[in-house]
Amino acid sequence: MTYAAGVDVGSTQTKAVIIDEDLQIVGRALVSTGSNVTVAAETAYEMALKQGNIHEEEEGVGFIVGTGYGRYKVTFGDAQTTEISCHGRGAVHMFPGTRTVVDMGGQDTKAIKVSPTGEILDFFMNDKCAAGTGRFLGAAAMALDLPLDELGPTALLSSRPVKITTTCTVFADGEILSLIGKGKKVEDVLLGVHHSVVSRSIGLLSRVGIEREVTFTGGVACNVGMVSVLNQELGFEVNVSEDSHYMGAVGAALFAMDRIVAGRSPARRSEVRV
Amino acid sequence: MTITAGIDVGGAYTKVVLLDDEQIIGRAILRTGYKPGMAAEQCLASALADAGIGRDRVDYMVATGFGRFQVAFSQLNVTELTAAAWGTHALFPQTKTILDVGGHAVKASRIDESRQVKSFRLNEKCAAGTGAFLEKTARYMGFGADQIGALAATSSIAVPISGVCTVFAEAEVINHLSQGIAAADIMNGAIVSLVGKSVQLMKRVKIEPEVTLIGGIMRFPTMVSAIRETVPGDINVPEGDLVQFVAALGAGILAQHQVHRLAEQGAAGAGRADLVGAGAS
Repeated sequence: MTYAAGVDVGSTQTKAVIIDEDLQIVGRALVSTGSNVTVAAETAYEMALKQGNIHEEEEGVGFIVGTGYGRYKVTFGDAQTTEISCHGRGAVHMFPGTRTVVDMGGQDTKAIKVSPTGEILDFFMNDKCAAGTGRFLGAAAMALDLPLDELGPTALLSSRPVKITTTCTVFADGEILSLIGKGKKVEDVLLGVHHSVVSRSIGLLSRVGIEREVTFTGGVACNVGMVSVLNQELGFEVNVSEDSHYMGAVGAALFAMDRIVAGRSPARRSEVRV
Repeated sequence: MTITAGIDVGGAYTKVVLLDDEQIIGRAILRTGYKPGMAAEQCLASALADAGIGRDRVDYMVATGFGRFQVAFSQLNVTELTAAAWGTHALFPQTKTILDVGGHAVKASRIDESRQVKSFRLNEKCAAGTGAFLEKTARYMGFGADQIGALAATSSIAVPISGVCTVFAEAEVINHLSQGIAAADIMNGAIVSLVGKSVQLMKRVKIEPEVTLIGGIMRFPTMVSAIRETVPGDINVPEGDLVQFVAALGAGILAQHQVHRLAEQGAAGAGRADLVGAGAS
């Protein structure tokens, strides 16, 4: 059996995925990126191998593709691909009806338009401002002293969102704490925070054109509050995989498997376009 | 003698200045925090203690700053632009352009001889163009806000930091540090970035000499010298910590005028009055 690996080095977290020839995920791992990006990539990769019970020497990982903002720091990778291509590929693989992908990570949000075969047709991302990314939710979590995974469930206890007027992530904690100080309920403020982030991502989605089906990927897709508010604001349900967080790494692993397969074919192609 | 208080409730800090006629007799500063009304109350108490007088001695109080509406005890509220114009005019009467760089907001304004605000531009939406950018940059490197000035002063070269977003700057700062770049040079780079944004804002109100720099961030000599390198002509900077108190001072002076005006009208102490022409709000 030959395996392929994808390592997605995000700004906040590094994800690694190993797939087999049937394109099934056999190992996955997630670590904090921290300041030493190469070490994070190696650690995630080794953990994914271990989780999949794969011994590199005997069975072998045929090709490794690095992606994410730190992809060039994946020193053991065989090739690099942008995270936009990887999220598009991963999303179409998991949900073949996908035409639009919204990927929300720790520091960036991307709206991606894909073809039925997973090619990138267009995309927009927030490259200038951290508002509307996972960091805005992170700032709320810090201000309210809540763990990230409780944000969504807590927000969903509310039905009356408080409008958040601050745009800047840095100033958000001030507004959140002063709202709490004025006696607003934590869940109402949090629901407002979710609405604020969703409205910014819908802004990006509108620029690329919202075409169904929409698949929500990235770490923020693990937040049930975000999924619920996004569904509500779009007026239909988005696709969310249990492996949303790993979607970039999955896409990278699929590209890696392409290379392995291409290498085997008689008319060997020197380059697989990714 | 007339005793007045100017209370400036800013996004980051609350400042109070007590005036006996023209003379500053007491002042205090503390973090605004999340309850601006309470910060104003405490800051006033500290300033009264500094002056060694009781609250009943204060004839008139004027509040300014973003949190002015939360000040329960002031007789009048004015915008921070008006207060800054009055304070700056008192210190440097030839001032035509004011740049006020604070912890949470940057304001550029142009005023005339009678300290009327003619034009202004603000940034209080994005932290990258305010003092918060410096504070966060310092924090990413393990320094406190009070160490920014001393740290930057030891730098000989500014290492550029993209001032696009305070959050995104974190990765950049960590990257620089891991490459062995000195924290002082990164701090200097952040200051240069903030100066670029502030001067841009000033240009939009049309810079006219003399220029006066105010706000807490002007306590850092590197900030002032970087502005002097960019903006030609005479640039005034109030001495020492006074840079941080200019709007509070202006509010206090405005309160003095208000007392005299009301006395002339024979209606002193008539509660909340309207101050026509001073941009009361």
